[in-house]
Amino acid sequence: MSELSGKPLRTTHTAMKSATQLNDEMLSSMRAPTWRWYLLAFVLGAVVAWGMYAFTYQMMTGMSVTGKNRPVMWGFYITGFVFWVGLSHSGTMVSAILRLSQANWRRPILRAAEAMTVFTISIAALFPFIHLGRNWVVFYFLPFPNQRGLWPNFRSALLWDITAITAYLIGSSLFLYLGMIPDLAIARDRASGWRRKLYEVLAMGWRGTAREWVVYHKASTLMAALIIPVAVSVHSIVAWDFAVTVVPGWHSTIFPPYFVIGAILSGVAAVITLMIVIRRVFHLEDYLTPLHFDNMGKLLLVISLLWAYAYFVEVNITWYAHEPIEWEVFSFMSDKYAPLLLLMLVGNAVLPITVLCFKKLRRSIGVMLAVSLLINVCMFIERFLIIVPSLSRKNMPFIWHNYAPSWVEISVNIAAVAGFALLYTFFAKYFPIVAVTDVRELEVRQVRMPFGRAELPSIAGKE
Amino acid sequence: MEKLTSPYKWGMVVDLDRCTGCGACVVACQAENNVAICGKKEIAEGRNMHWLRIERFWVGEYPDVRVRFLPVLCQHCHDAPCEPVCPVYASYHNPDGLNGQVYNRCVGTRYCGNNCPYAVRVFNFYDHEHAWPPPLNNQLSPDITVRSRGVMEKCSFCIQRIRRAKEEAKAEQRLIKDGEVQPACAQTCPAEALVFGNTADPQSRVSRLSRSPRRFRLLEHLGTHPSIYYLKGGGREHV
Repeated sequence: MSELSGKPLRTTHTAMKSATQLNDEMLSSMRAPTWRWYLLAFVLGAVVAWGMYAFTYQMMTGMSVTGKNRPVMWGFYITGFVFWVGLSHSGTMVSAILRLSQANWRRPILRAAEAMTVFTISIAALFPFIHLGRNWVVFYFLPFPNQRGLWPNFRSALLWDITAITAYLIGSSLFLYLGMIPDLAIARDRASGWRRKLYEVLAMGWRGTAREWVVYHKASTLMAALIIPVAVSVHSIVAWDFAVTVVPGWHSTIFPPYFVIGAILSGVAAVITLMIVIRRVFHLEDYLTPLHFDNMGKLLLVISLLWAYAYFVEVNITWYAHEPIEWEVFSFMSDKYAPLLLLMLVGNAVLPITVLCFKKLRRSIGVMLAVSLLINVCMFIERFLIIVPSLSRKNMPFIWHNYAPSWVEISVNIAAVAGFALLYTFFAKYFPIVAVTDVRELEVRQVRMPFGRAELPSIAGKE
Repeated sequence: MEKLTSPYKWGMVVDLDRCTGCGACVVACQAENNVAICGKKEIAEGRNMHWLRIERFWVGEYPDVRVRFLPVLCQHCHDAPCEPVCPVYASYHNPDGLNGQVYNRCVGTRYCGNNCPYAVRVFNFYDHEHAWPPPLNNQLSPDITVRSRGVMEKCSFCIQRIRRAKEEAKAEQRLIKDGEVQPACAQTCPAEALVFGNTADPQSRVSRLSRSPRRFRLLEHLGTHPSIYYLKGGGREHV
């Protein structure tokens, strides 16, 4: 089995791996952890612990340990928030869109992508909490009848955020879990001890009857269709945090679609990075082939073009209108942050658009790794350049002030990356990281059964 | 349910042609409202706590240089950008047209501070609760909360004075008279550049002044409808 599609259907003569062999290979990540796994978990855990120390220090001392000031009241934390929400965007989107469009090459990557969504949105949800001046009263946000007699203000974009993120977290977790049920059943059948007990509960008594499959297919298609609008709305709402204000440079109607495009760009890039890592670490070269990278590269190319267009429109309209204060924000950004701005333009648009035009480069794992990592670094910069220069150069010139992140903010942001990697490391060890049943379904579909002299597809009809 | 209307709409006139930039209003505000005293470090960091600041601008080329002063405090906008963005109603509009800030509701998202185009909202980055070591704590006004770290604060038009005047007026079953109540800044201004009063009363001094042809409001194009009117003539004779 070298490639999953794009090849003529195979016949039974071709050597095929047995079901057990397939299960073995694709669930290899769930074997007992090696010392290297423990080392990785320890290192990541140490970084997370450092970030938690930094956060505790901030909570005990005050927001003075950050680089924020008046008027730059939001900085690296909100940058991190938008960045992680953006990353969360694509996992589910890629998986849902490819599921609905019945792209067969999606099968080996969809689990990795969906899990990425759940973990990134969980990390993202921490940032608004971290950035509060009084973290210990965060429950004031929650709409529940209380002794204070107060209800949160649903006119505030922050409440929309909480609502959207909660919905997305629940939706994407369900989406991930639903797709995982048959695989959990396989894991259950192969496991023993406490893990068997865990998978028994999680697999909810899946036996693989025809009726179960029919319901499963219906439910996962429905879930895929439902999750797309939620995903789009989440990042639109994050964009509204900025677009509904009167801050020059934020108050822009293009923000919701622009943020969604940016989110998908960083998300697709992150999926590619993860695919490369998983492929390497768990030796899944047979399942994540250059074809997958080729297709993901095409997707990335399209989105990079879209992003470049959206960015061009944003800057171009501002330049054309030449509203003094907005133009001051842009001039300030291109002056003080010129290297970052150039890096962002190269990393998000110029380089990906050039490189991804070539099939050879799209199929090169090293090139794809470099491009996808660069895109994510540049997307972080992009969010920073949206948030900070606008606040530094608000309407009252007398009180203009610059911002530089403090070690606390940087530590928390690095710890967020480590925290995501840690969650993912645990997930890959204890849950099937490749959608086993989906891949095997495709295997079966591609086999032709001899029927008298004729050879017919082994399963009639489409997916 | 009782309708929340009020015979008062508090407003202020700042006559820039009278302002000498002496800074008495800044000091008065600081003393009246338990505003934390900040040192050089905090001011350099952009974390000073002034509710009222005097912006100084140099106008013209050497040697014909003049200086202009612009006292900026919370504009108590009638369509305040800070109010709808607060997720917990810490920033709210009261029936008197004041833009209120409830310190113990505030969770410190600082969204209001970002959305305030005048940048007059100050955030307690530091723990200022113990900024008055004894015996300095005796100077703290008992009428006002000493704000804790992590909350947003701002000019309240000396709401404690308004409350007291209202109580006195209520006891005598009348409305507050013009000039009966004024915030610390207006009371202190030696040039009478700051005039405070009820803009709902067309005969009040503040209403009459606010109809001056010299009037303008800060960042009027944003549609925030501030309660503060500035007066500035076209001539250069008033520095």
